[in-house]
Amino acid sequence: MAAGGVLAAFGIPAARAATKAAPRVVVIGGGFGGASCARLIKGEDRDITVTLVEANSTYIACPFSNAVIAGLRPLEQQKFGYDRVRAAGIEVIHRKVTAVDTKQRTVRLDDGKQLAYDRLVVAPGVELRFDAIPGYNEAAAEVLPHAWKAGEQTLLLRRQLEAMKDGGVVVMSAPANPFRCPPGPYERASLIAHYLKTHKPRSKLILLDAKDAFSKQKLFEAAWRELYPGMIEWVSLSSGGNVTRIETDTRTFVTEFGSHVADVGNVIPPQRAAAVAALAGVADQTGWCPVDPVSFESTLQPGVHVIGDAIIAGGMPKSAFSANSQARVCATAVVDLLRERKPASPKLINTCYSLVAPDYGISVAGVYQPANGLLTDVPGAGGVSALDAPKSMRAQEATYAEAWFKTITHGVFG
Amino acid sequence: MSRLLYTLVATTLVVAPGLTWAASPPGAASCLGCHTVAAEGGPVPALGSFTAEQMVTAMQAFRSGSRPATVMNRIAKGFSDEEIKAIADWYARSKSK
Repeated sequence: MAAGGVLAAFGIPAARAATKAAPRVVVIGGGFGGASCARLIKGEDRDITVTLVEANSTYIACPFSNAVIAGLRPLEQQKFGYDRVRAAGIEVIHRKVTAVDTKQRTVRLDDGKQLAYDRLVVAPGVELRFDAIPGYNEAAAEVLPHAWKAGEQTLLLRRQLEAMKDGGVVVMSAPANPFRCPPGPYERASLIAHYLKTHKPRSKLILLDAKDAFSKQKLFEAAWRELYPGMIEWVSLSSGGNVTRIETDTRTFVTEFGSHVADVGNVIPPQRAAAVAALAGVADQTGWCPVDPVSFESTLQPGVHVIGDAIIAGGMPKSAFSANSQARVCATAVVDLLRERKPASPKLINTCYSLVAPDYGISVAGVYQPANGLLTDVPGAGGVSALDAPKSMRAQEATYAEAWFKTITHGVFG
Repeated sequence: MSRLLYTLVATTLVVAPGLTWAASPPGAASCLGCHTVAAEGGPVPALGSFTAEQMVTAMQAFRSGSRPATVMNRIAKGFSDEEIKAIADWYARSKSK
């Protein structure tokens, strides 16, 4: 693409380009995708003015929050601030976005302030759909927590498990694809079972699923047989796992085939890109955001890039690792486009670890490249941990999981 | 923040002064999802601790299965000889800057 073409196509005002004013990038969303992307853009080119807009002043990470639910980790270890992001030369504003004008290239905040941008990066994450399962709304989540955004909800589910009697029944429900953290519900079931086995061994967990297959399924099921025999009952879609109604007053999960009454209930509802994606006009009718897999520029809004859980990423799962990989590629692409260079075709990696027990880790990995407008698995690469791996390898993967969390959170927030 | 950590973070994000991600080969950035460049002493080795030749040898061994691994065998299969060499050279250069 010719340099002039870039300017014309993306409508950078001519006066601005002529005077070579510092380019301005606004990033909305300060998670594993957005905060990394902001830092990487600034690290790549200090002349670019980078503003990060994030509603919360403390970020509470979801990876490892299942260990908090199981009582293996304090929530404090999930919390991160933005001091080091600021120290990197990024303006961090803790405000909500109320409007995005992609024609004028401005973002409006809830204090009335307006931010102008040359390129916008939206890393909104997901929002839980409280319109998807009849009876499951925000008020119901105070009785039957989702705990799918870490924080108070995580602690609520933890407290309920602690208060449950031995011999109680925990009922969970998992949504159809796509959703944040595909192995997450099964890691959660595993770690809750670990807690029950250790503290309330006569209890049981029923996992109602809107799917007939799930991430790392063979590994999880083998581990459940080995570690928690008879404790976890997974009910697939075709066996009646799809939840059609929630009755909070009796803690009942109603399915197509019957109903399950919970002592402790955890509903992981369907999801979509968080609301700011719709504000920016980057979400399509599916509720998710289509992007160009080379630059992560929205296919709906030129000049706006989208990364992380909110995008339609093809083979790439919605994970913190994916968001971080995408942030790296997107940051380079944003700088390239601002500097009138054509972004190169990338290759991305994802690795997701899950803990089945504190010393028992399993993983899925993948390598991805653009193909047919999506991020597509590189054939022959990736896959899950060996089904017949020795215990020592499960223990090693558990330590890798911990090391990954440390490295990635230091990189983003440290 | 400790000096070590500061160095680590600066290296993780910027790699080295004068060497930018814009010039990095496909896939190189993703390595830093797990690895750091500077040594940290965790279970995952720092990429800066290898020469280009060492990294190429390790990646090829992971890819062929001749070197046992937990996850690198699965990742290495996603990269060609040329891509592996480009990534190894790039990290070696980033270290020498």
